[in-house]
Amino acid sequence: MSASATPLAVEYVRILPELVLSIFGMAVMVLDPLIDERRNQRTLGNIALLGSLAAIIATLYQSQYPGPGFWNMVNVDAFSVFFHFLVTTVTAIVILTSYDYMEVQQIRAGEYYGLILFGAVGMCLMSSAVELVLIFIALEISSISTYILAGFRRRAAISSEASLKYFLLGSFATAFFLYGVALMFGATGSTSISVISQVLRSGQIPVLAYAGIALMFVGLGFKVAAAPFHIWTPDVYEGAPSPVVGFMSTAPKAAVFAVLLRIMFEANAPGRLWLIWVTAALSMTLGNIGALVQDNVKRLLAYSSIAHAGYLLVAFAALPSGGIPAAMFYTASYAAMNVGAFAVVSHFASAGERYVTLEDYSGLGRRSPLLAATLTIFLLSLIGIPITGGFFAKFYVFSAALQANLVGLVIIGVLNSAIGAYYYLRIIVMMYMREPREEAPVPAAPIGLRAALTLTVFATIYLGILPGGVLEYASRSAAELMRQ
Amino acid sequence: MPQNYVPIFIFVALIGVLIPVTLLAAKLVRPDNPNKTKLMPYECGIDPVDHARGRYTVRFYIVAILFVVFDVETIFLFPWAVKFKALGVFGLIEILIFLVILIVGYIWIWKKGALEWV
Amino acid sequence: MVPLSYYLVLSGILFACGVLGFLIKRNIITIFMSIELMLNGVNLSFVAFAAQWHALSGQVFVFFVMVVAAAESAVGLAIIIAVYRTRQTLNVDQINLLKL
Repeated sequence: MSASATPLAVEYVRILPELVLSIFGMAVMVLDPLIDERRNQRTLGNIALLGSLAAIIATLYQSQYPGPGFWNMVNVDAFSVFFHFLVTTVTAIVILTSYDYMEVQQIRAGEYYGLILFGAVGMCLMSSAVELVLIFIALEISSISTYILAGFRRRAAISSEASLKYFLLGSFATAFFLYGVALMFGATGSTSISVISQVLRSGQIPVLAYAGIALMFVGLGFKVAAAPFHIWTPDVYEGAPSPVVGFMSTAPKAAVFAVLLRIMFEANAPGRLWLIWVTAALSMTLGNIGALVQDNVKRLLAYSSIAHAGYLLVAFAALPSGGIPAAMFYTASYAAMNVGAFAVVSHFASAGERYVTLEDYSGLGRRSPLLAATLTIFLLSLIGIPITGGFFAKFYVFSAALQANLVGLVIIGVLNSAIGAYYYLRIIVMMYMREPREEAPVPAAPIGLRAALTLTVFATIYLGILPGGVLEYASRSAAELMRQ
Repeated sequence: MPQNYVPIFIFVALIGVLIPVTLLAAKLVRPDNPNKTKLMPYECGIDPVDHARGRYTVRFYIVAILFVVFDVETIFLFPWAVKFKALGVFGLIEILIFLVILIVGYIWIWKKGALEWV
Repeated sequence: MVPLSYYLVLSGILFACGVLGFLIKRNIITIFMSIELMLNGVNLSFVAFAAQWHALSGQVFVFFVMVVAAAESAVGLAIIIAVYRTRQTLNVDQINLLKL
């Protein structure tokens, strides 16, 4: 590692999706003030969409050239490609749902699309980074973008309040993560995950390493909204614009779970089992109980996302061979159903996000049968009903946990799934069994939203009927990850 | 280890004694006739317009925010400047890309009108 | 030569001060400064460990942390201004439209 060495061309391919996203993001930012005020929304959205599609292609191209890059800062393997694909696809779908939303809410700001792309850069980088400080920077790129996105309905007081809460608690958590990184650096003399793993596997584990892991877990646990670090979630989800919530409840979470998988399994983090056991059990229980009493659909889905973070963490307590693929499958299917659900919510919300309570959903089955049916599919998937992705996601996680003899945790998880069914069914009952209310109008779905919903419904059903392909890919990448 | 700090403590003690002594001596010796102009805060010769705790326009915050970002980003230029020869052409190109990104941000701010004083 | 533990204890104290300030202060700007204090505590331990391991990388990390913290503070101040414009207060107890 001499200072004068230049990276090879292939190493640039290994950060190609990030490069593509950054260039398109900057293009959106620069073009925003230059082009016509009234037309720019859609044009900029189109550029951003093009950028995310280009990033998907770059990811597929990149998968041909696995290996380390930039002095072992990043590493492209099947694992990172999986998360790159997930993040860029979610980005594209969120941009599709945003077109209409921005017009209805009368938000004129091209940097919205730029920020989504920059956020995606951070998330992609998180999944391929194998160096703790680079992970920290990537985490901040994605977090800072989402802080701003959360406050995008600037005229609404709750939106800026949500942004403020997210920002304050988010940077608080980041400081914990960074302190963990510092202690890990002190314990092992390196911030490279592979070196840390070697040190931790050979001989005695320094006390500092335990403290470092615990602090990093606090920081990352906050970002995925796992209990007891979940307090911010319902508030931020309620105040932030709905497409943004769809974005930040899936893509950054997937990326942070990728980081957690690398730190917990690849670095062979000491003492992880109890940490995760307690957090998973708490998240599932608090999330589901909290969701029972909510009247606001966005808050309800926020609590549900806490519960889902809990189910996902169950996989982390399992053995690597079963746990990693289960967790990867879960992030993919959760992303599909949650982005879809929030796309429907953002369409129903209408100007000023007025219609977001459970009451407003009454009779939707009659007023807008197709959209109601779509939302029903996502909700059934969130419950975990067979032939949807949510079923196999839960199934793989719990069977991985059973293989690791975590019977107690599995029992808590299954009980929680039963509780969870109640509040998701409440929305479905509202939509189909109640009389429609006059006040809440349902405009016809525009083309962007239709495309987004078709994609997410397809993904949800596909993962529910033919989970084999994705699971097999995930298992292969997990084996690759553990071999390193 | 603590004995290394003995000189510092001696200095602290000297400061504690010398400063009050000199101040007191000056007070006893100098003539004392204050007036309004003399007691005014010194602001480079310009008369103060208001007291320092007054409120000022939010535009200053935006200027301050922009300053913080561009000021701190230059920190990356220093290590590069120190190892300029060793990093060679590759380092030069990398730093130029970095500067281009900063300039893109600057153009954006300019075009958005954040530098206009309204 | 000051031993490593002194630096670590100082950095721990700084970090703890930051956490405490974050939890008990009511003004957003002060809370924000507490977060910066936490980050500076971390920076101190990075530098101390870099000296212990004779690894320059630790000092470079401090650069990155500082820059990221500056970017974060720029965004944070902008958000604070946005909140102040809608609410006319910077007291966290009065920013309570969203119930915890």
